[in-house]
Amino acid sequence: MNIALLLEMAAQSEPDRIALVCDGKRWSYGELDQAARAACELIKASGAQQVALLDESSEAAVIALFGAALAGVPYCPLNYRLADADLAGLLDRITPALIVGDADRVRRISQSNDNTLYPRSEFTLAVMEARSDADTEYDAGEGVAIQLFTSGTTAAPKAAILRHSNLVSYILGTVEFASANEDDAALVSVPPYHIAGIAALASSIYAQRRIVLLPSFAPEDWLKLVEAERVTNSFVVPTMLGRIIQAMDKGVKGNVSSLRSIAYGGGKMPLELIHRSLDLFPDAGFTNAYGLTETSSTVSLLGPDEHRRAHASEDPVERARLASVGRPLPTIEMEIRDEEGRALPPGQAGEIYLRGDQVSGEYREKSALDAEGWFPTRDAGYVDEEGYLFLSGRADDVIVRGGENISPGEIEDVLLTHPSIADVAAVAVPSVDWGEAVGIAVVLRGGLEQPDDDELKEMVRGRLRSSRVPQVIRYFPNLPYNEMGKLLRRQVKDLLVG
Amino acid sequence: MKPGTRLKSAACSTEVVIIKGGDGAIECGGSPMAEDASGDGAPTADFAAGSIVGKRYVNALGTVELLCVKPGPGSLALDGVALVLKEAKPLPASD
Repeated sequence: MNIALLLEMAAQSEPDRIALVCDGKRWSYGELDQAARAACELIKASGAQQVALLDESSEAAVIALFGAALAGVPYCPLNYRLADADLAGLLDRITPALIVGDADRVRRISQSNDNTLYPRSEFTLAVMEARSDADTEYDAGEGVAIQLFTSGTTAAPKAAILRHSNLVSYILGTVEFASANEDDAALVSVPPYHIAGIAALASSIYAQRRIVLLPSFAPEDWLKLVEAERVTNSFVVPTMLGRIIQAMDKGVKGNVSSLRSIAYGGGKMPLELIHRSLDLFPDAGFTNAYGLTETSSTVSLLGPDEHRRAHASEDPVERARLASVGRPLPTIEMEIRDEEGRALPPGQAGEIYLRGDQVSGEYREKSALDAEGWFPTRDAGYVDEEGYLFLSGRADDVIVRGGENISPGEIEDVLLTHPSIADVAAVAVPSVDWGEAVGIAVVLRGGLEQPDDDELKEMVRGRLRSSRVPQVIRYFPNLPYNEMGKLLRRQVKDLLVG
Repeated sequence: MKPGTRLKSAACSTEVVIIKGGDGAIECGGSPMAEDASGDGAPTADFAAGSIVGKRYVNALGTVELLCVKPGPGSLALDGVALVLKEAKPLPASD
């Protein structure tokens, strides 16, 4: 089934309801559906093999996404924050494409003349003026809907592909059609080239929730839009939530009483921050969502009731759940496996394997699924006795010291309890004796003094064991994160080794 | 019955997409559905309870599943046996 049918259903049942608000302009479901059909004609006429977006979020992202789907061409939103050389490499991999957005930049960095370029305003104008042809044959939706280049925090970007069937399974499994009230509005501030940005569009459209786009995140603008549009739902990455709260602390005003649901994911949520948020937004339901590009977004979630229970609880097990990403969706199977591929019992950490119709696990070059359809996520984690999943970093980030596997997360969690430490990352550093050893990059809390190396070593030895004790300790003003709040461990390694 | 196939009712405006296929004839309003059915007919009395857009319909075994993408006065059946609404547990919005 073609993902464009999600929009068609919404448009047929409520053509005049407002679907999208961007830069003060409003688009109804009927208008977006018409525009997507016109975009389909444009794409077909261009002969493009991909439809790319090199732009911030706008109505063009929605129209290009569904227009590409109707035309049977993969939609490939690109990260406009990439350096020219990296972006040029990705452009080479998708030519011939119809590219919406920064046409000047494409002309400047790409040698190819085989792409069709549309600045955003020209694209929007073209699809508003064009009329779709009644005889057009739309794609059946058996192929690829989305191609997303992974962020490449540990290696060169891979071209992950999601089929129509993956995304449709995700939406049908998680969203009830037309379940939103007419007044519901979802504020989307994640970039369009991230799976969370695409899932947010598809979910809101199927629920018939008004999408309010914030193309470029700033906490003041987020607060302003929540008030102006009476926003009820929002998805944020932890870094954004931290900045919103900082702004509120500084006295930036904004009536947030309409917010009923705040979902977060995409990076590790500091415990302190989530406790604070639960206090600051007492009427909002918090949902922690864990998912990957290759799984069409969310596979596991910790819901609002679980957040409130954990926040209020004295019981250490229940309280610890705030650090968990919850339990798998009913439509997802999950196993934690050791290096030999054996399933592990609760409490033991290993690699997270996932299976389900929404899981693609596929790259342009090859599928990563095993013979039984399981996707090895390369994420490490464990489940507790009640099936709550706790993440402990990327499997590739594991430090192997003399044959012993050490997860950086456990060391970081201990060190973060030190009053002088604001942030810390543990990575593998070369060791003559052990092959690898633990190195830590530390960020001090403002104005506080650097602790003794021995004090930190003793802290880790006392709480964990001697193999976890850092060999290399260095201090930095801050750690490298990407815009989604993902720690760039490769760069931390370079900082420590270089 | 291939998943993804879109079928129209011969008896009303109902349209469905096959989510999970199986054996047997998919019917609406008492008549077989087809990719090019006209919708000009009328539902029989036994199959006139209506179809609801956005709802999923399944047989008792759970081997066949349809998504209603356009509503109508006819009701859905497999080989003369009415399909039932698939109950979905609501999940919190996660994106």
